[in-house]
Amino acid sequence: MLGNQSVASRPVESVLSTNKVIRSTYQLLSMTLLFSAFAAYLSIAMQASQGMGLVATIVGIVMLWFVLPKTANSAAGIPVIFAITGLLGFGIGPMVAYYLAVNPSIVMTALGGTGVIFLGLSGYALTTRKDFSFMGGFLMVGMFVIIGASLLNIFMGIPALSLAVSAAVIMIMSGFILYETSSLIHGGETNYIMATASLFLSILNIFTSLLHLLGAMNDD
Amino acid sequence: MDWLKIGSAALLIGMLVFIYPRMRDAMKNSPKGTSEDWKGYLIPLLAVIAFVVFLMSIV
Repeated sequence: MLGNQSVASRPVESVLSTNKVIRSTYQLLSMTLLFSAFAAYLSIAMQASQGMGLVATIVGIVMLWFVLPKTANSAAGIPVIFAITGLLGFGIGPMVAYYLAVNPSIVMTALGGTGVIFLGLSGYALTTRKDFSFMGGFLMVGMFVIIGASLLNIFMGIPALSLAVSAAVIMIMSGFILYETSSLIHGGETNYIMATASLFLSILNIFTSLLHLLGAMNDD
Repeated sequence: MDWLKIGSAALLIGMLVFIYPRMRDAMKNSPKGTSEDWKGYLIPLLAVIAFVVFLMSIV
């Protein structure tokens, strides 16, 4: 009898636990996005140089790779994720300032567009409850190719390749949003701090790539 | 070449080095998707592409 109760209650506990992880992820994601926007505002207000932006980005990514995985299972993970998102927000400040100077509507459109893409994809994954775990290998290969192409383009400086990379980043990061959301739903990702970091990076990359594409299309 | 380019290149090389083993691991261990699964990805992807083209046309 006790055994039966235990078996029957396990899925309910699992669903409750999954819902808690999803709720915590979206709460932390919204707070880190606000904090990152504030850091970007500071960067713009301080008129931070591109060099300062690059240094902040490098420090943020190094923390993401080496500090976050060690702290994500403890309370220390919260200040670490805020530090990372703040640094990455500060890092894009000079780029946002540039586009604000060219045409502020580009930044607003990119911001709104990123919000619509994220909410649409998350809503799709949450309502259909499809399992996108099969995309893991494809997305990683896509990201590897994109980074390789970006590296090449630093030296070649081909504008068309730069635009193609931005378009590809939007597609791959859209896939990552579906993959990560599906992973939260199906219990593949149980750590809300790591899930927040992954979704934050996808949103940030979509925003910067959209900014780049819209900036290229703008006549100003 | 200015140091911004060198810094950006160093960051990207670091990313490639960091991602490579994870990419191989994901390729080896990810479940294979059926054509139905890929359709489930293509539909939202096409919607995103259409939306981005729309945004590019209005700026």
